[in-house]
Amino acid sequence: MDTFLNFVVAAVLAATPLLFGTLGEILTEKSGHLNLGVEGMMFMGGVAGLAGTYYYEKAVGEPDKLVAAVIGVVCAFLCAMLGALIYSFLTITLRANQNVTGLALTTFGTGFGNFFGEIMGNAAGGYVSVGTVIKAVFDEGIPVLQDIPIIGKLLFSYNFLVYLALAIALVLSYFLTKTRKGLNLRAVGESPATADAAGIPVSTYKYLATCIGGGICGLGGLYIVMNSANGTGGVWVHNSISGYGWLAVAIVIFATWSPLKSLICSLVIGALSVLPYYYPITFIPSAIYEIFPYLATVAVLIMIIFRKKKNNLPPASLGLAYFREER
Amino acid sequence: METAAIQLKNLTKTFGSVVANDKVSLEIRHGEILALLGENGSGKTTLMNMLSGIYYPDGGEIYVNGKEVIIDSPSDAFDLGIGMIHQHFKLVDVLTAAENMVLGLKEKGRLNTKVIGEKMRTICEQYGFNIDPDKKIYDMSVSEKQTVEIVKMLYRGADILILDEPTAVLTPQETEKLFAVLRNMRADGKAVVIITHKLTEVMELSDRVSVLRKGVHVGDLITAETNPQELTNLMVGRAVTLNIERTKCENPVKRLEIRNLSCVNDDGVSVLDNINFDAFGGEVLGIAGISGCGQKELLEGIAGLQKVSGSIIFYPVDGSEPQNINGNSPMDIIKRGISLSFVPEDRLGMGLIGNMDLADNMMLRSYNKGKSPFADRKTPAELAEKVVDELEVVTPGINVPVRNLSGGNVQKILVGREIASQPTVLMSAYAVRGLDINTSYTIYNLMNEQKNRGAAVIYVGEDLDVLVELCDRILVLCGGKVSGIVDGRTTTKEEVGLLMTSLGGAKEAEKQ
Repeated sequence: MDTFLNFVVAAVLAATPLLFGTLGEILTEKSGHLNLGVEGMMFMGGVAGLAGTYYYEKAVGEPDKLVAAVIGVVCAFLCAMLGALIYSFLTITLRANQNVTGLALTTFGTGFGNFFGEIMGNAAGGYVSVGTVIKAVFDEGIPVLQDIPIIGKLLFSYNFLVYLALAIALVLSYFLTKTRKGLNLRAVGESPATADAAGIPVSTYKYLATCIGGGICGLGGLYIVMNSANGTGGVWVHNSISGYGWLAVAIVIFATWSPLKSLICSLVIGALSVLPYYYPITFIPSAIYEIFPYLATVAVLIMIIFRKKKNNLPPASLGLAYFREER
Repeated sequence: METAAIQLKNLTKTFGSVVANDKVSLEIRHGEILALLGENGSGKTTLMNMLSGIYYPDGGEIYVNGKEVIIDSPSDAFDLGIGMIHQHFKLVDVLTAAENMVLGLKEKGRLNTKVIGEKMRTICEQYGFNIDPDKKIYDMSVSEKQTVEIVKMLYRGADILILDEPTAVLTPQETEKLFAVLRNMRADGKAVVIITHKLTEVMELSDRVSVLRKGVHVGDLITAETNPQELTNLMVGRAVTLNIERTKCENPVKRLEIRNLSCVNDDGVSVLDNINFDAFGGEVLGIAGISGCGQKELLEGIAGLQKVSGSIIFYPVDGSEPQNINGNSPMDIIKRGISLSFVPEDRLGMGLIGNMDLADNMMLRSYNKGKSPFADRKTPAELAEKVVDELEVVTPGINVPVRNLSGGNVQKILVGREIASQPTVLMSAYAVRGLDINTSYTIYNLMNEQKNRGAAVIYVGEDLDVLVELCDRILVLCGGKVSGIVDGRTTTKEEVGLLMTSLGGAKEAEKQ
């Protein structure tokens, strides 16, 4: 029982950075833009969040937990949004190829993160690391409630970013299905010409969705850098994001562009990634066991090819640039 | 005199070096249906797109109800009560009819589809529509989609309605219904503009006609005081004869025998069900049907591009053994020495390669001829020159990418290539779709030439007026089944229309 409980908690912790990336990318893709730069934006968000909290700590000496959390989130969000803004300008205003631009953003963001991470490390004399107070901010669960037996551990033992991700998923789902603005955004992604003819400011919607989506992806990076259970625990480690962004892009397809389904899908992939540590199978080499999440992703993507329901298809104009006066 | 709903003064729009509209001035009035007539590329749609805010004019003024306005975006147009129904519907497929209604509207409050549905119902009752607000657009037929578009404009309070070729995809019966609705709107005091190049519709529906030629406004006429011949002359700029010459079938020989042809598509839906017919050399066999009734699958099945069951027996010209070609790929068919030509519906998707030049596109048919490992480029280039010359293709040269040519010229290249091989069977799908009157007649003549040469011509068409004039026999498809085969010389388009909408429809009509 204890193993199972620990396994579930670990799965949720492992799923959260994926969930951030997935939700950000869902919002982006709903506007018709395929941003393959999730990985890059995670790097940017991660290094900025670390820098923000690190320098805050250095400046005040005894950091306040709430302020540290806010600074981490805001820095990560804004920096990743900056990456998404470059992407938006290139693909929306200049109508550049989205695949190429997204890949370039990944390369750029990876370099950006490692570069500033190393610089901070060199300045700090070897490696950069936040103190115990700030580490606790990104690791500790909800006080009092988490002490309830079983339920406390199952529901209230997570750091605040887990609950933030859940809240974003619920809000995003409500936004897309129940509000006028959400309806407009879906129309932009399905058929920008239709949206335009209906009087929707297409470019504004695309910019906002892509930039906010990018910011949300950046929170995934923050999580990986700051959380110690499933990340590096407030220390900059070279190439720490290591593929989470790409998994998130795949989970978007797995979840058929639905924020609610992405909760389950990211949990499945998260669970598979921690499975070997809780339920080791001796007759399979551990290296093979550890590639399960990736195998599952490939299997799911193949299965999706055979799914034909209209509601589950990607936004119809995903990846295509829009220009009103095109003939 | 009453102020006009819309008055255009010297409106000009250029795209690069192409002048789409040159100082066009015209008037749209309330309580009147205005037909905007012109050939392809004469600037009808461009002009109306400037009214609906899609394009911004380079010069000239627009007055709405007597006041000068600037229409900068589609939402400006809505605010002025201008609603345009585009030829390619502007609807989001995955949303319901009700959701499509409110896209982009700046209404307050939560999204409540029930309230929207109620409002839609009121509009529907007023004009005699019938639409389910909760139905997804992808589940709708073309005519339902069009109804949604019209209701959408009315929902947004449009009192000036512009319809771009609304009847292109409708059956005669559906067209009649649409016209009744438009007349209702006219009676209601709305201003209606209908863009079209079908003269019969202009004569039937409109009060006034404005004619555009090559972007220039060449005349305003009262419909009651004009006739189709005058309109055509004005539209084309010279006198044109509007009759298709149909020669007698000289001793037809059976070339193709289709038996029990059935096809199930990828979604498991039966799209062709037990099709039987013969095609004869020296005749034009027309195929009519509402779009998506199996026309595409039928032709592609014969051409070896679509998996079908049943038999396709080909009778060679030299009188040798008939052979079943079902299951053969296009390459097999060529290797068996069967001369079969196919002009597909999707010109630049299946027929030609847009980025390659004219000569290279000719080569697509001959690249593997001869024994040399190098392709023969000289013969295709000569063929390209010949096609350009004989079919009067407007192009700067044969080294131009095909996509840079206009639709009509692209089609001439494609048809030219296909008939160059002197086919025994020539199949064409929607060969004149989107082409203007002049080019259409060139294509009809080419079909007739092939027929007179002895080829079996299969012509899938959508304009029933043309089908009954051009074809010797017409096979009507309805939901993937043969609804009837009628004689083109004795049938009427009403009979064909009935067969299109219901299996064996003509018989039922007789009973009533």
